Amino acid sequence: MTTRVGVVTFPGSLDDRDAQRAVRLAGAEPVALWHRDKDLHQVDAVVLPGGFSYGDYLRCGAISRFSPVMDTIIEQAKLGMPVLGICNGFQVLCESHLLPGALTRNDSLHFICRDQKLRIENASTAWTGDYTQGQEIVVPLKNGEGRFVADEHVLDALEAEGRIVARYLDVNPNGSYRDIAGISNAAGNVVGLMPHPEHAIEPLTGPTTEGLGFFTSVLKQLVSA
Amino acid sequence: MSLDTVKNAEQTPDAVQPWAELGLKADEYARIKEILGRRPTGAELAMYSVMWSEHCSYKSSKVHLKQFGEKAPANDAMLVGIGENAGVVDVGQGYAVTFKVESHNHPSYIEPYQGAATGIGGIVRDILAMGARPVAVMDPLRFGAADHPDTRRVLPGIVAGIGGYGNCLGLPNIGGEVVFDSCYQGNPLVNALCVGVMKHEDIHLAQASGAGNKVILYGARTGGDGIGGVSVLASETFDATGPAKRPAVQVGDPFQEKLLIECTLEIFAEKLVLGIQDLGGAGLSCATSELASAGSGGMRVELDTVPLRDSSLSPEEILMSESQERMCAIVEPGKVERFLEICEKWDVIATVIGEVTDGERLEIFWHGEQVVDVPPRTVAHDGPVYQRPYARPSWQDALQADAPTAERLQRPVTGEELKAALLAVAGSPNQASKSWITDQYDRYVIGNTVLATPEDSGMVRIDEETNLGVSVATDGNGRYAKLDPYAGAQLALSEAYRNVAAGGAKPLAVSDCLNFGSPEDPDVMWQFAEACRGLADACQILGTPVTGGNVSLYNQTGETAIHPTPVVAVLGVIDDVNRRTPIGFAEEGQHLYLLGDTADELGGSAWSEVAHGHLGGLPPKVDLERERLLAEILIAASRDGMIDAAHDLSDGGLAQALVESCLKGGNGARVIVPAGLDPFVFLFSESAGRAVVAIPRSEELRFNDMCGARGLPATRIGVVDGDVLEIQGEFTVSLAELKDAHTGVIEALLA
Repeated sequence: MTTRVGVVTFPGSLDDRDAQRAVRLAGAEPVALWHRDKDLHQVDAVVLPGGFSYGDYLRCGAISRFSPVMDTIIEQAKLGMPVLGICNGFQVLCESHLLPGALTRNDSLHFICRDQKLRIENASTAWTGDYTQGQEIVVPLKNGEGRFVADEHVLDALEAEGRIVARYLDVNPNGSYRDIAGISNAAGNVVGLMPHPEHAIEPLTGPTTEGLGFFTSVLKQLVSA
Repeated sequence: MSLDTVKNAEQTPDAVQPWAELGLKADEYARIKEILGRRPTGAELAMYSVMWSEHCSYKSSKVHLKQFGEKAPANDAMLVGIGENAGVVDVGQGYAVTFKVESHNHPSYIEPYQGAATGIGGIVRDILAMGARPVAVMDPLRFGAADHPDTRRVLPGIVAGIGGYGNCLGLPNIGGEVVFDSCYQGNPLVNALCVGVMKHEDIHLAQASGAGNKVILYGARTGGDGIGGVSVLASETFDATGPAKRPAVQVGDPFQEKLLIECTLEIFAEKLVLGIQDLGGAGLSCATSELASAGSGGMRVELDTVPLRDSSLSPEEILMSESQERMCAIVEPGKVERFLEICEKWDVIATVIGEVTDGERLEIFWHGEQVVDVPPRTVAHDGPVYQRPYARPSWQDALQADAPTAERLQRPVTGEELKAALLAVAGSPNQASKSWITDQYDRYVIGNTVLATPEDSGMVRIDEETNLGVSVATDGNGRYAKLDPYAGAQLALSEAYRNVAAGGAKPLAVSDCLNFGSPEDPDVMWQFAEACRGLADACQILGTPVTGGNVSLYNQTGETAIHPTPVVAVLGVIDDVNRRTPIGFAEEGQHLYLLGDTADELGGSAWSEVAHGHLGGLPPKVDLERERLLAEILIAASRDGMIDAAHDLSDGGLAQALVESCLKGGNGARVIVPAGLDPFVFLFSESAGRAVVAIPRSEELRFNDMCGARGLPATRIGVVDGDVLEIQGEFTVSLAELKDAHTGVIEALLA
């Protein structure tokens, strides 16, 4: 049976079709999920894509967090379903309190789009199993509010528990604390990532194909689970 | 003030009306009275004033623009030509592509962020209204001197506006230009281009036909923003008890536009729409009159049903408002319910505001009383036409006589001097890397971007199965056009055409944005006439028709006009995007060839500007047959895998192309000055019809044979190698030094 990975479309989601393509290239079946529909349509995992859901009004991710589909996703995530939030999706996960911390305006105050080097700090989450610990990859990064912030004790706890999934290398593009590019929940099934692995899956359109690993990782995780 | 109904207008023929404040001339007002057989109502006057403005009616430019149609080359690819929201071109496999470049110059100077943002919004809706999914945007920009304090005010706001709106829409920004010149001080040019893709059967047109069909306004509510944006700000002439003066610049909401796009595409997919028009300049006045004018019947609109942000707006204001993110559709009665359902799904407000009638009049009612009763064609299509006087400026001869000869401008001679000149040009604001600007735009979204800035053209894949793609380049050189507007327009076309071919795509069609000073100045009008003539002639020869575009006049402060700046966009098609040719020298050992002929042509060049602040002489010679041959070679070489990199030669000549290709590919090059060529001319001449290419050694014989057989000069000038750029016998410069000179320049000036 093909693994079904849902990709949520909120009003203002932009990278939803890109995430669906990544899921397809990784070998799974992408399933479009609509923000008003609580039903997850038997998906095995969920991607919250990048974009400007609800126009980023109020605060990035603050309104999406209350959309009907999120009620079910929050419930399922707590039961162990793999959830990957990319960029705006990461912001939604923080607003949903599935992940700690917050994403604030880049320290440069500018939107930035660049090919970003990352180091995979934890290769044992649901979404990073296909990488090796410490592996360096390059994927696009594009955000205006991607600066990860949290209390010192939260940051210390994330470090201690191995919940920092990826860090920026060479350049910290947005002023994220401790160069954090992505984190996970304690169980490792929920991952939030500011850079965009779904834009690094084909040699033709991405700087590398090193982003595909996030999507293949979750397939293996689901098959072996 | 009481409502000015049609009846009232008939009974009070002598009422004083604010036609002059609304930007109309006395004879234009008289003509409106003649058309109607009475004085216009306030609402009618509002409609005529915006629709007869220069921006909407093209009254000064029309007589010259006609040539684009008259001289249009026969072209099987044209599906929809000039006159619709945007032209449509067949690109094969059942796909059609629509693209257009437009200006948003004046608003962007007044309010940089919103001006630039709504420029994107407007062009995207034009593309959407043709039935296409927008797939990419580009922004050709012109600013005053890079070190002028006002550029610091204007540029960051414009760039943030483009990014803020375009990024939030989810459209990759894949190219464009950034040019600095003090002639744009006070008159920055903010042009915006959008490309859209559809299947042939999905083409939609702006027309209203079939009595009883419904007129649906959907999208944002109508507010008081942008009133008179296309004509003049004149709100005080309306009801004095209404809201106070309103800004003539519109305020954009990209989130609303994103919903409008997805909602509209879903509506198209279910074939619910007979005709559609976006609301941009002149708002509802434009949409209703154009739809009715292009259709077969009349139209009746109940204006009081329009959803408002501000309930105190008057009928005149509602008709003139340029509130963004609105569309107007003509829908059969049986399909209205489904139409409204889809709008509800996307949280888009949609309202039936009227219907198509049997008659021939556009009739608009306000709470049951008629405020407009006009023949729509007189508003939308039969505006005034001016034959503005024009004459070759008295100073043109002196300007052209001031040629940048070796006697007039001191040229670098020694290797050290040449190296210094190369670094100075590469590090000048116009030639320096624009990554600080373009990195504020999302170039990855949608996942189909194959080439983007700083490549020669932007290229997107439009079919993931077949790998069919389209590419677009925009170019324009105001310095060349100032020296000779006829040649300048042709050089803009030549460069964009060459850029598209350098990427491996076949040039198909043209869109243009003609930015000039005041048409009331005969000097400017001559520049405009010459540029139109030059562009139309060149399009005819290259076989690339103008499919649409836009004219922006009055780009001047006081007596000083901007350089004439025709910006030309060329659209190309490529059967397999895997065959695209990037600019970077990525493979060591590959041989470099210079294609074309290099002459001593420095008039209007980047070097003359950087080294001497000089503008004089003649621009490079135009040779359109050579451009066509060069393009054919570049496309064939790309298709057959004979070249791995290609970069067109334009501003800054070969020197600049080498710098960019070395830095992009991360490799140096050893270059030999061909026998008989002066090293300075070799490096800095801007002769047109040239490109530098990198050829894998296994393909060299085949490539040379092809160039030889077709008669294109191809000179081997070196090899990709190491981490320095060496001009043998002259100088070497390390990639690190080049990078230092070429990057960081813009942020140092503007960040």
